[in-house]
Amino acid sequence: MFKSMRVTALAAALMAATSLTAVAEVVYHRGNTADPETLDQHKTSTTYEAHILRDLYEGLVAYGADGKVIPGVATDWTISDDGTVYTFKLRDDAKWSNGDPVVAGDFVYSLRRIMTPETGAKYANILYPIKNAEKVNKGELKPEEMGVKAVDDHTLEISLEAPTPYFIEQLTHQTGLPVHPATVEAHGTDFVKPENIVTNGAYTLAEFVPNAHVKATKNPNFHDADNVNVDTVFFYPTEDRGAALRRFQAGELHTNNDAPTEQVAFMKETLGDQFRVAPYLGTYYYALNHEDEALSNPEVRQALSMAIDREFLADEIWGSTMVAGYSFVPPGIGNYGDPAFADYKDMSQIDREEKAIEMLEKAGFSESNPLKLTINYNTSENHKNTAVAIADMWKPLGVEVSMLNTDTKTHYAMLRDRQDFDVARAGWIGDYSDPQNFLFMVESDNTGFNYARYENPEYDALMDEAAATIDLEKRAEILKQAEEMFMRDLPFIPLMYYGSMNLVSDKVSGFEDNLLNVHPTRFISISE
Amino acid sequence: MHRYVLGRLLSAIPTLFLIVTISFFLIRIAPGGPFDLERPLEAKVMENLNKIYHLDEPLWNQYLLYLKSIAQLDFGPSFYFRDFTINELFAQSLPISMQLGLSALCLALVVGGVLGVSAALRQNRPADYTIMAAATLGVTIPNFVVAPILTLILGVWLGWLPVGGWNGGAFVNVILPVVTLALPQVAVVARLTRGSMIEALRSNHVRTARAYGLTSYMVVVVHALRGAILPVVSYLGPAAAALLTGSVVIETIFGIPGIGRYFVQGALNRDYTLVMGTVVVVACFVILFNLLVDLLYALLDPRVRYD
Amino acid sequence: MTITATNNEVPAKGRSLWDDARDRLLANRAAVASMFVLAAIALISVFGPILSPHQFDTVYRDYVKVPASLEAYPRPEQVEPAFQRVAKRARLTVDSYERDGDTVVASVTSSREIDPRTSRYFDRSDLFKDAQVTDFSDDNKSATIRANVNYMHFYFGTDANGRDMMTRTFIAGRVSLTIGLLATVVAISIGVLYGATSGYLGGRVDQMMMRVVDILYSLPFIFFVIMLVVFFGRNFILMFIAVGAVEWLDMARIVRGQTLTIKRQEYVQAAEAMGVEDGGIVRRHIIPNTLGPVVVYMTLLVPKVILLESFLSFLGLGIQEPMTSWGVLISEGARNLQGAAWMLIFPSIFLTSTLFALNFIGDGLRDALDPKDR
Repeated sequence: MFKSMRVTALAAALMAATSLTAVAEVVYHRGNTADPETLDQHKTSTTYEAHILRDLYEGLVAYGADGKVIPGVATDWTISDDGTVYTFKLRDDAKWSNGDPVVAGDFVYSLRRIMTPETGAKYANILYPIKNAEKVNKGELKPEEMGVKAVDDHTLEISLEAPTPYFIEQLTHQTGLPVHPATVEAHGTDFVKPENIVTNGAYTLAEFVPNAHVKATKNPNFHDADNVNVDTVFFYPTEDRGAALRRFQAGELHTNNDAPTEQVAFMKETLGDQFRVAPYLGTYYYALNHEDEALSNPEVRQALSMAIDREFLADEIWGSTMVAGYSFVPPGIGNYGDPAFADYKDMSQIDREEKAIEMLEKAGFSESNPLKLTINYNTSENHKNTAVAIADMWKPLGVEVSMLNTDTKTHYAMLRDRQDFDVARAGWIGDYSDPQNFLFMVESDNTGFNYARYENPEYDALMDEAAATIDLEKRAEILKQAEEMFMRDLPFIPLMYYGSMNLVSDKVSGFEDNLLNVHPTRFISISE
Repeated sequence: MHRYVLGRLLSAIPTLFLIVTISFFLIRIAPGGPFDLERPLEAKVMENLNKIYHLDEPLWNQYLLYLKSIAQLDFGPSFYFRDFTINELFAQSLPISMQLGLSALCLALVVGGVLGVSAALRQNRPADYTIMAAATLGVTIPNFVVAPILTLILGVWLGWLPVGGWNGGAFVNVILPVVTLALPQVAVVARLTRGSMIEALRSNHVRTARAYGLTSYMVVVVHALRGAILPVVSYLGPAAAALLTGSVVIETIFGIPGIGRYFVQGALNRDYTLVMGTVVVVACFVILFNLLVDLLYALLDPRVRYD
Repeated sequence: MTITATNNEVPAKGRSLWDDARDRLLANRAAVASMFVLAAIALISVFGPILSPHQFDTVYRDYVKVPASLEAYPRPEQVEPAFQRVAKRARLTVDSYERDGDTVVASVTSSREIDPRTSRYFDRSDLFKDAQVTDFSDDNKSATIRANVNYMHFYFGTDANGRDMMTRTFIAGRVSLTIGLLATVVAISIGVLYGATSGYLGGRVDQMMMRVVDILYSLPFIFFVIMLVVFFGRNFILMFIAVGAVEWLDMARIVRGQTLTIKRQEYVQAAEAMGVEDGGIVRRHIIPNTLGPVVVYMTLLVPKVILLESFLSFLGLGIQEPMTSWGVLISEGARNLQGAAWMLIFPSIFLTSTLFALNFIGDGLRDALDPKDR
């Protein structure tokens, strides 16, 4: 005990000493939802891991401060006429943090690594458009047979299975970030340890203390290092959003990528512009079990959807941090026009309610024979409040609602294992900006996501047709037809489009609101 | 006595074995696995992952594998914190939780003890009620309420103390968590001390001592306290084990990288190895502290004998 | 009940221990006052929700998170904006708006024909009642709307769904008091019996019994709860089982520790020498002498149990919406600390008062039952 106390005292003294010597150092204290499961980009899957990884590594393409795709290691690229071969030209001045040049072979190595079954990459499927990638990941082909090729050190060629208009968008995902082959070969899974890691992004890893922080320091070898303002960035896991808000108020955090929804009114009042809400690429929805006897009737599903006052949910329950949602694909998405809104979007709430009552009566439900439903949700204050409000909105329809909450793992295991449920809460944040990334969820062979067990061959056919269509406008049209079908059959009831919330101190600049809620540290600067 | 201690330590082995066995199978019954996300994984990817972590083998085999590895004090890799082994996680977090818990324990003992003795000396007088009421307040307000209120006042409004963070255990960072952690314990220690102190003050040997003319202060301290401390000791066994293994509420609110959060994180993430690790740690603490308490008994009260 | 039973055992001469105890408890003013407080809280929890003007589960969509206030809602300045809002929903344009006491009169126009049923829009709002549409113009495109302001009181404010916090706090008491008191009594009974037996018998038996406690204590509780939820669904009894399963363990240890010292006391050894049965000794000598620490521990146990219940709700085992408990309300309130403090304050006052009352009753009981204090 004494020993550890003395060590602590020593550490504190050292820290005091270093902070004295490095006065001009710019330190960015950044709140970030939760700790990364891992800093091995190929094994990650969440957005809060992406925030850290995109600071540590630079992919072929990257995100700008505004969330638009910008050139990364690749300065430009060409696409073959049939849309299946991408040729990337890599920049000459790209370097790893140990001084090695970043070459096309590094990307070949990285893409092969993520698809190798032994890597155990959770999100490998996002790169399945690459030729043979899926087969490699399933162990049917050797990694060498994938459609990636280093033409020379600065030219990379990627062949796709089929034209994929959102492929460049997909490459921005953290799964597309490169690893340093020599380090991985030398250290195996330990290559992510601060003492081993070699990165090619604006920062390199200094420390990872679970439940405390991830510390990253500026990488002097980064090609744009001169324009990077922040010297050291600390990512703090801020699972307790209330505590994060207090730390922000006390000036201990410069930004936090979430905020307690319970205190929205307070934050708007006291924090002003420091509390930011922006549209986000995601939909909050209720899945309806199509195998349920009552819910197999489309009229019942429509009635339930119609009766929900989405404006109340978004504005009152979620304090306007969400937007009332009348389509499954959120508006503003790329490669698409306006989504297919429900036809009752502009009907008044009372008329909708009346019509819903009528429809339910037609389906044989009335006060003497009420429709009984259970809403399943994963435990969270706002999911609970949403369920309570919806139960209240369904009350005039004579629907008797009971609620069942479980922890997140139990909830999603229930959905995945296809246990019996009526109505279940879920949400989806797009991985990339394309309607396909939303509409694919209810394809009949998508056993993982199709919680509703929706089966419609016409829908599947439309999705297949869209996948084979190169012309973007035509493709958008087909996808819209699919969404119209979705809104008619309602496998899911879309409720709200997600908003992203950020707490951003006045001292921070370069933190721009955007649809994808990405904010690379290299574009951020902090004034004292 | 040596034989007794040796016997107790030996009996810890079958106890631990039973705990590990029951827990191992219990946690596998819960739905959801370590790699289930809100976004389901491709079947093949899941298969690959299960293979890496031996989850594809029969449960019985996994159990034997696990026994073998903990026999070598290797708790295995974490399923959630995939860059760390359980040993690494604990090496980093356990000292922090122990430091916090021990500080809180000492604070609770000193403050609670002083309050309890002073109240007992003024039994049923206004001072007694005031002290007890103040101490009671500590136990009636849950720590997930006390902590935010204290940080809001002292951290956000007044700016005297940091709101969160561990900062290598710097004194200012430790104050609020320790106080919050100690508050309910202060109340309990004060009440236990008061109760048994009142009893002890009336007992024969204290009366005798007083009759011999020692100053009443000495009587109180030397004789009464020795008898009075027994219930506190029996309370402290379990309390200390709980305090030293961390508090999830305090650690989460103050952003402290202790072991307490792993109990809940491990369970909610279905991080099987992490959960098993915490189980073993708790078990060791519980067994150790119960032994210590039993030994303290024999030390403080000569009448207690273990046959 | 116990009083008469003990009376039968002890012959008429003198007063029994329990008579003395009762008298002394009643002489303790703090304890008596606390009993009244506790009784009052219990009565409010049982009858409050029935007498309250609001249902505990009624959602007032127009009154989400309004602060606690003695004044009625809506406030004068809220009426007109609310009226405009409703009119907009009903696709009406308000040409003139007049407020006369509790009545609002407005002339409205619309681009379409106005439906007489438009009054529903105003009745549906929580702010208005008895709306009427009159004085239609010839083309039915303008009319006059007359509606009464519907006053309501929210003395404790409302929650995130616009439900009355007062009624919810009252009804929460039913769950919390039940589980707090019942589960505590169960945990204490098991713990005291188990601990006293273990300590008194000593030796091998003691070792075995205490190892069982160690094992149960070390098992991962969250998984135990999840397992209960998954296999048995959610019900009130299971909640007691889950709470009871963990909370008696500490009690057993404490009582066992006390027993170790007590069993070496002269009076116990005297009783043993006189050939009193083990069971009798444990009942008559050991247990009464452990009550001091037991009572103190009880005062710690009640809040623990009440808060544990809210953790069980988190895992899906506790009570379900729209029903609620103090633990659940307080943890909701703690998250609303800045901005809606009333959601924390009122349930906390109820919980704290209850616990204070229990503490003083506990102290009184301890003093009253103290065998050496006669």
